[in-house]
Amino acid sequence: MKKPVQLRIPLGEEVLALHAGDHVELTGVVYTARDEAHLRMQKEGIPFDPKGAVIYHCGPVIQDTLVVAAGPTTSARMNELSGFLIDKGVRALIGKGGMGTRVREQLKNKGVYLAFTGGCAALAADRMKLKGVFFEDLGMAEAVWVIELDRLPLVVGIDSHGNDIFRDVSKHAEAEFGRYRKL
Amino acid sequence: MSALADATFRAYREAVIRLPPDVLRVIEQAAAAETNPVARGEFENILKNITMAEKLGVPMCQDTGVPVIYLTIPPDVPLTQGLYEAVAQGVRRATLEVPLRPNVVDPITRHNSDDNTGIGMPAIHVKPGERFTVTVFPKGAGAENMSRIGMHLPSHVNQIEKFVVETVYLAGSRPCPPIVIGVGIGGTFDGAAAMAKEALLEPLDRMTEYERGILNAVNRLGIGPMGLGGDTTALAVKVKTGGCHTASLPVAVNIQCWANRHATVEVKR
Repeated sequence: MKKPVQLRIPLGEEVLALHAGDHVELTGVVYTARDEAHLRMQKEGIPFDPKGAVIYHCGPVIQDTLVVAAGPTTSARMNELSGFLIDKGVRALIGKGGMGTRVREQLKNKGVYLAFTGGCAALAADRMKLKGVFFEDLGMAEAVWVIELDRLPLVVGIDSHGNDIFRDVSKHAEAEFGRYRKL
Repeated sequence: MSALADATFRAYREAVIRLPPDVLRVIEQAAAAETNPVARGEFENILKNITMAEKLGVPMCQDTGVPVIYLTIPPDVPLTQGLYEAVAQGVRRATLEVPLRPNVVDPITRHNSDDNTGIGMPAIHVKPGERFTVTVFPKGAGAENMSRIGMHLPSHVNQIEKFVVETVYLAGSRPCPPIVIGVGIGGTFDGAAAMAKEALLEPLDRMTEYERGILNAVNRLGIGPMGLGGDTTALAVKVKTGGCHTASLPVAVNIQCWANRHATVEVKR
């Protein structure tokens, strides 16, 4: 395996050089956001500087000031809610399972989707430090947690050129399952 | 019955922090055999995560599931309401002390009990046995939600493989593959589902030719770890069968993510 590309937040034009399938390690401050946080940010504005920022689709378990478990949640739920963030300068979205055609188009020449391994809550927590919180009234899972990452291991799922591993994989699976349709 | 509550608590903690040896073995074998570089990276994260959970003594996944419990009781232990209460007590303690995410809600009002118990929850299954044991099998939602049951035509025995492959195809990346697939064939509508779940507790590193055939068919889909592609969509297929009506062919497929967590503890007496 090639050595992972080291990325540091805030991100800039360097993300445009990434290709789907590249391994990266991400360092710096990210913001967690699920459905409710996206809706709140659309209504009330983004509570942090979105330029070069990174959004993490995650509902962590937080105990006092500690990130106990923080694996990724399913990104597809945010398919219709991510455009405004990318428009405002967000360079990367982290989650699991990939995203729809609309986000793939929105990321073109702007940013990337980074996949993190589902269920890897202990590994994630080991590489994270809690720095703050916005919208805490939304509850633990839905609040925007400010978390500092130390070399979180990710893979580029969708790049800024329109390449999308998840799309390619589901096309292959569809063709393979198609062989049974004749039965 | 505080001994049973204590055993339930210990089994729960063990289950969410440490994978059984056979499960770890099939993950390691699949990781070694995987040829797709992206998939190899996913396996690396999964194996690091397993090590880290044990080192830090924390749950390996933030979805600590709902409590599915199997009891074996020897002839001299009476089956009473007290047994059920003791198991629930162990679940409550595990929720506070491990800690577990409170996942159990009322199905209609969605009100969370905050202690992982509810009507019929923990789901307790009792069987007679030689030893007094409790098995805790925490079931996460991502994979459980992708499970299916079908009442097939008796003449469609040769289409069971298709039904399993279709279930995995429809699930895609959502159940956090690589998955383990429990298949219940026969019995009744409810019995097939129960067999599918029990099949997930069988040793994963021993498969019949029939199970291997279904596993290979599933892996040809190429969904791979987390839907990022690769040789390993599933780690194992386990089948349980039961006698059924001559006019029936129930087939249930219970999907489980790579974290096939379960632990058995003997109840001290």
